[in-house]
Amino acid sequence: MTVSRSHHRGRGGKKFSILGLIGELLITAGVLVFLFLGWQLWLNDLVVGGQQDKAATQLAKTWAKSTPTKAPASGKTVVDYGAPIVPAVQKEATKFAIMYIPRFGSDYARQIAEGVSTTDVLDKGIIGHYPGTQMPGAIGNFAVAGHRTTHGAPFHEIADLRVGDKIYVQTADGYFTYDFRGLEYVRPTGIGVIDPVPQSPGVAPTDRILTMTSCNPMFYSSERIIGYAVFDSWQPASAGPPAEIAATAASEG
Amino acid sequence: MYGALWRLLPGSVWWRIVQLIVLTAIVLFILVAFVFPWLNGWVNVSEVTVGT
Repeated sequence: MTVSRSHHRGRGGKKFSILGLIGELLITAGVLVFLFLGWQLWLNDLVVGGQQDKAATQLAKTWAKSTPTKAPASGKTVVDYGAPIVPAVQKEATKFAIMYIPRFGSDYARQIAEGVSTTDVLDKGIIGHYPGTQMPGAIGNFAVAGHRTTHGAPFHEIADLRVGDKIYVQTADGYFTYDFRGLEYVRPTGIGVIDPVPQSPGVAPTDRILTMTSCNPMFYSSERIIGYAVFDSWQPASAGPPAEIAATAASEG
Repeated sequence: MYGALWRLLPGSVWWRIVQLIVLTAIVLFILVAFVFPWLNGWVNVSEVTVGT
């Protein structure tokens, strides 16, 4: 009896262990998928975002060394600094500007690099400049792309922008101030949004536009969300940062 | 699978638990440092550019 019972138990145990092995493998696979999702949607997003804020700080510091900035004069009337210094066209993946959007947080600062390559620029949490579109301050369209979710998501809160919100672009030579104007939703093929005059191919530009593109809806790619801003003013690096981002820029100096 | 691992580990119950925690930490580190970044290039959550 004892032998037959143990034999029976042994057979049952073996049969169970094969099913058990498959079950354990499936559970392990499920846990790994959730771990990856957690990493991609949350942990990596946080880590890359933090790294990019620091990297923008670092870039601003190197510029501050080459061009000493004076403390911004408070209560001063608006000064006309003349035509903006437009940066030269950069090589792929070169970081040439920093974007400040106070609506996204007073400490928000992200680098802008040339090109919209996912591996070299966008997936590193950097904002990418569409090659062939104008540089900041130039007449035409300064068009950039950035992640809305994951990879540090520089444009996570793009839909929270309100008309009149200031968007600051810092280059080695100075600060460009743009006024946010509105959002548009287009299909992924909607290349017209980065035209020199958005959605007007072939028309000669007279204004300085900033176009931001990102994914819509969040976590999907079936559409694109587009944010437009128009050029407001420019001041050279020697004049110091605009008042609204002076605290952010000062913490970087 | 995990039962076999448990039986393979030497020592007392508490010592085995310590070993399991260390092994889990090593596996998590390998995943986060190497496997997930590699996988990330293949699993594209969202495209953010127009005209592609």
